[in-house]
Amino acid sequence: MWNPKRETMKREELEKMQFLRLKQTLESVYQLVPHYRKKFQEKGVEPGDIRSLEDIASLPFTIKDDLRDNYPYGLFATPMDEVVRIHSSSGTTGIPTVVGYTRGDLEVWSEIMARTLAAAGGNHESVIHIAYGYGLFTGGLGVHYGAEKIGGTVVPISGGHSKRQIRMMKDLGTTLLACTPSYALQLAETIEEMGVDHRDLQLKSGVFGAEPWSENMRRVLEEKLPIDALDIYGLSEIIGPGVSYECMAKDGLHINEDHFLPELIDPQTGEVLPDGSTGELVITTLSKETLPVIRYRTRDITTLKREKCSCGRTHVRMDKVSGRSDDMLIIRGVNVFPSQVESILLNMGKTEPHYLLVVDRKGNLDTLEVWVEVSEEMFSDKIRGMEELERLIHEEINSILGVSAEIKLVEPKTIERSQGKAQRVIDKRKQ
Amino acid sequence: MVNQISVFLENKCGRLVNVCQTLGRENINIRALSIADTSDFGILRLIVDQPERALSVLKEEGFMAMETEVIAVEIPDSPGGLADVLHYLEEAEINIEYLYSFVEKPAKDALILMRLDDIEKAKKVMEEKGIPLIGGERIYSL
Repeated sequence: MWNPKRETMKREELEKMQFLRLKQTLESVYQLVPHYRKKFQEKGVEPGDIRSLEDIASLPFTIKDDLRDNYPYGLFATPMDEVVRIHSSSGTTGIPTVVGYTRGDLEVWSEIMARTLAAAGGNHESVIHIAYGYGLFTGGLGVHYGAEKIGGTVVPISGGHSKRQIRMMKDLGTTLLACTPSYALQLAETIEEMGVDHRDLQLKSGVFGAEPWSENMRRVLEEKLPIDALDIYGLSEIIGPGVSYECMAKDGLHINEDHFLPELIDPQTGEVLPDGSTGELVITTLSKETLPVIRYRTRDITTLKREKCSCGRTHVRMDKVSGRSDDMLIIRGVNVFPSQVESILLNMGKTEPHYLLVVDRKGNLDTLEVWVEVSEEMFSDKIRGMEELERLIHEEINSILGVSAEIKLVEPKTIERSQGKAQRVIDKRKQ
Repeated sequence: MVNQISVFLENKCGRLVNVCQTLGRENINIRALSIADTSDFGILRLIVDQPERALSVLKEEGFMAMETEVIAVEIPDSPGGLADVLHYLEEAEINIEYLYSFVEKPAKDALILMRLDDIEKAKKVMEEKGIPLIGGERIYSL
């Protein structure tokens, strides 16, 4: 454990600390960020009205559009001469969002990433291979800071050139891999293709984030690489990677609660949900200087668990993100998350998770095609066997999602491989 | 016993050509082939002169390919020739997954390739009935 004093803090003390930091954050945004003052006033609340952590429910939410509308620096609470770094999230829907950091913010980021990597078994002896993209994306540099902080040997290889990545991992004795789960899978496949023996690799664990992934994907990665595969979570609007991380118990991701205050809400009504419910994660930053964010709607669907973890950490855990309200497809009125399809395919125990959902509309009816790449395990040289497979996938999807899909078996490597975030959906209704 | 290569192909232009070009470039000769297909995909089954090399070059090219064992029997190229063989298999309750044939040069006998659910049992039956099984080596070098 990197910082046992903080990571195992008693709930009571932790909540006291959270409340003090919340008050400071609220005062600061109210004084320094016109957007927040206006929104607070519209709701008729002032920082002084917040007398407990629960009172936060009376504050307005912040959404991604607020960051876009205030592009680039409108939400910054520090003068620009204190801002030492800019990152930006990919503007898939138009205007990108820009986030800023003071030196203090970068220090916090390093700290929480140090905790993340230590929880994955990282230490000063680790050789840490960072195959997240470097640049405006927060993945590369975020992990980088944590890796340097714990004193590991950092290999800032960034994404791409998979064969070279494998060679370097082998030659340098990499022990810890950090990248997106889809890229980890691609690396695992490249290892197989190159015929590299796992005994020639020193790899022990991996921290994978920036896109949601399932328990089944964990099983595949742990088997293929073979390593402990851990989920890490974060978003640039909050800080980047390091908001929460899994420990070796692999039973939820510990949210760094001394820096981030989590809530769970009903995405439809905005009401705060009781513990144990599934809903959308909302985060308020408690120590951010340049870009404090109040009740940010992450759009990530999860569950919060407050029971103590077997690792001894007291910070609340969130389940692996099971979907994004953004990614949610509504097909014939039914909510569908691509991650559900991934779980189904992997649960069938036969397919590698290379799949694509193609949604279209014919007449007034939505259609769903699920393309699945044929893997070694599922290939039969009998037509009957292949048709049986199609039928099974069709039935599983129908029973779990409640939507009928046309299954299309495709040849290996037909579906485009990504080095960043995986594209799992083509929605032709929007084109 | 004969080693057959099966390849998964999507029903789209150029896929069969790609397989044949890949094998041609590697100097691998196709002895017999059959395609089974649905509207979406097909399974190409090949008898080639170098099955192991064919499997590895096809996989390198990114095809989903596998090796399966089939048996080859030689039957007289005359009416009723195949019926006898099928009858013996039926009697012994051996299921035929699929079969295809090719004619030897010069065309005196026909060769039938069969994928069966119980190859060992089929070998015994053929032996008892005096129907010659053709080994891989001979088929590959035809």
